[in-house]
Amino acid sequence: MAVTLDDVRHIAALARLGLSDDRARSLVAELNTILQHMDVLSKVDTSGIEAVEGIGAAGLPLRPDEGPPIPLARERETFAPSMRDGFFLVPRLSTHEDPEAAS
Amino acid sequence: MTPNDRAAIGALSAAELRDRVAAGDVSPRSAAEASLDRASEIGAWRDGLNILLYENRDDARRQAEDVARRRERGDAGSLAGVPVILKDNIATTSLPTSCGSRILEGYVSPYDATVAQRLRAAGAVIVAKSNMDEFAMGSSTENSAFGPAKNPLAPARVPGGSSGGSAASVAAGLVRIALGSETGGSVRQPAAFCGVVGVKPTYGRVSRYGLVAFASSLDQVGVFGRSVDDAALGLHTIAGLDPLDSTSAAEPVPMYRDAARGSLTGVVIGRPKEYFPDDLDPRIRDKCDASLAVLESLGAEVREVTLPHTHLAIEVYYIVAPAEASSNLARFDGVRYGLRLEGDGLRGMYEATRSSGFGPEVTRRILLGTYVLSAGYYDAYYRKAQQVRALIARDFADVFKSGVHLLFTPTTPTPAFELGAKSDPYEMYLSDIFTCTANLAGVPAMSLPIGRVDGLPVGGQFIANHFDERQMFAAAYALERQLGAGAHA
Repeated sequence: MAVTLDDVRHIAALARLGLSDDRARSLVAELNTILQHMDVLSKVDTSGIEAVEGIGAAGLPLRPDEGPPIPLARERETFAPSMRDGFFLVPRLSTHEDPEAAS
Repeated sequence: MTPNDRAAIGALSAAELRDRVAAGDVSPRSAAEASLDRASEIGAWRDGLNILLYENRDDARRQAEDVARRRERGDAGSLAGVPVILKDNIATTSLPTSCGSRILEGYVSPYDATVAQRLRAAGAVIVAKSNMDEFAMGSSTENSAFGPAKNPLAPARVPGGSSGGSAASVAAGLVRIALGSETGGSVRQPAAFCGVVGVKPTYGRVSRYGLVAFASSLDQVGVFGRSVDDAALGLHTIAGLDPLDSTSAAEPVPMYRDAARGSLTGVVIGRPKEYFPDDLDPRIRDKCDASLAVLESLGAEVREVTLPHTHLAIEVYYIVAPAEASSNLARFDGVRYGLRLEGDGLRGMYEATRSSGFGPEVTRRILLGTYVLSAGYYDAYYRKAQQVRALIARDFADVFKSGVHLLFTPTTPTPAFELGAKSDPYEMYLSDIFTCTANLAGVPAMSLPIGRVDGLPVGGQFIANHFDERQMFAAAYALERQLGAGAHA
């Protein structure tokens, strides 16, 4: 299962990472080298073995979504890149999706 | 304060310093200043060893004065006046939390991590934040966006990683206790490279609230100590249930320092053959076997055991951890905190911010994780890795069920390597070969110095069953006593 340049561009788009052509090409080689080592797992007999979902004795417990918000030591405006009237500001959404990249 | 006073303070264990502070013989402020002065003297900052990233002397002084007032009220705390250093991925309101990354450069958290709160509540004084591999992805602290850290024992070599700055801080005598974090060995491996003690608690033993997430099914806050006793005191302070972290466990927290008096008679210690392969450096094998002989002489029974899926651990780890990281690091998008770079619309902003903010190793792992989770590859990689992980966890369960109380292994296959020595990512990943199994199985483990090879420290590793850290500490105290201080940094 070799990774191609198209694969790298596709997963970079999914991960919202912009890559130069040179970097994308070098990542093809890097990921293939790493994934070659992973192929050893395909030879392991795992029939009847449940995949681990949570490593603790209690699986993956959820805490109750209740209680007051945790007080913050400083206002969001002090660390947010851009805020107005209590809202985080982002660029216009009309340019959010390129239909081709999203397909 | 004279240099002699500072030297005297530096020579005290955490418990001794705490007692001297409680008795009024040492002021918390002197202890904090001694720590920061020593950091400057040895060149711990970015233009030197680069093991520390941030300090705030005014805040350290305020914390120290608060501890002094508490002492006068008779409420000094179990770590009264003990200076501590935290890895740069543990949220603190008084110092930046940048995870060794440009994407969070200058970010100061609006809340303290639970472990930071617990340290402060116990009277500890947080004096600095330490350098680390970016987002804890690395085994050498060379992946920091703020430059590589150097091993204070051998500055041409790495301190290990990803918590290399914290390990090096303890080794250099800046503090007796420091916190790091573990995902695949990031406390134990640098502890071994720097000649200090490093503990990875059971998954769930310590709250991760405020630990910036890397791989959530593996991450755990860990403790460095100059000695086993320092580490025991540190772990006891931060361990225990936290309602803010649903994965933290309601298990009672024993007084780990009581384990110092424990006997090893009747304790069965397994020597897993997979951790002693034929190509292991014979000098490291000899150090481990000499330690096992010491443990035997103290009454332990040493038994050869097998953990047959060990050879698959690196492959499993480097699928599971990047997969979880690709999800966890999606939050760094330039919207709520950290770096923002403008691009073409919202998507362009995301891509520009993340491409510029993340370094090469983080980018590689996000892409690897996205790939193994993507349609068509999920079953072959991620699901398969989670199944093999179950087999690795079963290996540990079987061996502990057979009557073995502890395992003893080398912590790392080699001592600290030279800066720049490992350019191939997979070769670097192999540094975690003896440590990542404990993270995959969720069991506790610790490294302690067991000697030197070519003047460089060698770490020996104890691994225990879930929530049995006390047993691990008992053996570590006993071994440390026999080996003496010479094995330490």
